[in-house]
Amino acid sequence: MLQEAASPVLELTDIHKSFGGVVAIENVTLNVRPGEIVALVGDNGAGKSTLIKIISGVHAPTSGTIRLDGSPISMSSSTKAREFGIEVVYQDLALADQQPVYMNLFLGRELTRGPLQLLDRKVMIAETERLVKELDVRIPSAHATIRDLSGGQRQGIAIARATHWARKLILLDEPTAALGVAETARVEATVASLKSRNIGVLIISHSLDQVFRLSDRICVLRRGKQIGIRTTADTDKNEIVSMITGV
Amino acid sequence: MSSVTASVSPVRRLLSRLNLQQYVVYFGFIAIFLFFAVVLRDSGFLTQRNLVNIILQTAPATIMAIGLVFVLSAGEIDLSFGSTVAVSALCAAMAMAAYPGAALPLGVAAGIGSGLLIGAINGALVAWLRLPSFLVTLATMGLFAGVARSLTQLRSIPVTDPLFTGIFGSGSILGVPSLVIWCIIGIAVGHLVYRQTRFGAHVLATGDNSRAAQVSGIEVPRIRLWIFMISGGLAGLAGLLYAGRLQAAKYTLGETDLMTVIAAVIVGGTLLNGGKGSIIGALVGSLLMGMLNNGLILMGLSVSDQMIVRGLIILAAVAVSLREKTR
Repeated sequence: MLQEAASPVLELTDIHKSFGGVVAIENVTLNVRPGEIVALVGDNGAGKSTLIKIISGVHAPTSGTIRLDGSPISMSSSTKAREFGIEVVYQDLALADQQPVYMNLFLGRELTRGPLQLLDRKVMIAETERLVKELDVRIPSAHATIRDLSGGQRQGIAIARATHWARKLILLDEPTAALGVAETARVEATVASLKSRNIGVLIISHSLDQVFRLSDRICVLRRGKQIGIRTTADTDKNEIVSMITGV
Repeated sequence: MSSVTASVSPVRRLLSRLNLQQYVVYFGFIAIFLFFAVVLRDSGFLTQRNLVNIILQTAPATIMAIGLVFVLSAGEIDLSFGSTVAVSALCAAMAMAAYPGAALPLGVAAGIGSGLLIGAINGALVAWLRLPSFLVTLATMGLFAGVARSLTQLRSIPVTDPLFTGIFGSGSILGVPSLVIWCIIGIAVGHLVYRQTRFGAHVLATGDNSRAAQVSGIEVPRIRLWIFMISGGLAGLAGLLYAGRLQAAKYTLGETDLMTVIAAVIVGGTLLNGGKGSIIGALVGSLLMGMLNNGLILMGLSVSDQMIVRGLIILAAVAVSLREKTR
């Protein structure tokens, strides 16, 4: 495939993280290519969330290097990660419930116009409408208040926001954990459509069915150690389960 | 689920956007106005003099209400603005008495400056030490009420500079009283900042979901500092308006405004828990409280009865406000 040849957008080399004396992550080496969906699986406490936090700038790795498009980066904060083009969709979505959809899409990055730097609602609304249409997130309107939307619609908005701002990489932390069957299918369709945007996607999921439906490769962690990486097409659930559990 | 909500009827969509609660204050205002207009038709309620008087009397409360909208919208509370009014008015009056040659600029600087300083103290304690704003401002309310008393040993300080009392009190431009002009400026600028700037959006986001605001790159502590400084600064301006209108400053100024202003802001559609509010609503809420005050006095209610009626209205407003939030 073409994407196999593309150079990785994200390269983690020998990432190691310990909190005090407790080792949370040891020697993780992982690449994500543009247009590729890589799943991060493992039991509770395997270090998935810690790894996501390292990539999104919340924690600094104790040792190891993070390369973005080939150049090593060091991130001191999530603001910095965003500047590099890395967006995170959090488990709890990080949406402001009482604000309209379009203000959430531009949360912290509102567009302004004129010498007084007033909010440019018109452009923000138009952009939002274009984006939700493109990603097929079905919401009543860009004016809708987040609180009035269903769980699936909220997740759709959170992913749409990440998609709008991510230039390199989107990190998804359990994007369908709280959703019903139909909504999960919608969100998965949205995630799958990210491939065409040439963005790298790293997804944490507890559902192996979902991992096999969505991902190109699977990276298994157990107790902070990287057990292995498999190409999804060349493996099966039994192998992944035994890698996760160690039996 | 998603297919159901995605296809809500246009009527429901319009209704949810209209948001009736936001209009309660306007209906309430009209209803109470009509009630007094009928009941008090022989007591002079509808005279131009009385109506203008209502606006003039509510001017300082309206200015304070603007600040409180910002504070509540960011998910905090300020209980200290009443004491700030007294301290600011006294600082202004003392500065003017000490340097009558430059009374106006020094008075304004002392009044607004002391308000900003108190706001900065509240804000810093809340933003960086993460102390609950309710407790911080409860403490500073008492603290600065004490400061106001000790500044002048309970004496009243006269304000005699004609320029100052003109600009902040009895003056007028083209027949429009200066207090009304201050209210218009305050409401216009407040509304613009609140609704049309990134800062306003960040205040709302902070009150709505401070973690979401934080991970979205909004500097939440800075926002928290600012909203308290806005509240303090506007309380300072309210202090100047009191000093200008009464031509004196005393430690009792602003003492009774706390309840009125909180009620005005909440009746005006600002949520107690943050994330949503209205500057225009606060103006109407403030006028409503002023009108209520005026009407109840004209009806001959005793002070204690007035307090009871006002308390009941605040209760009703809070109930509506919280219902909306947990809907």
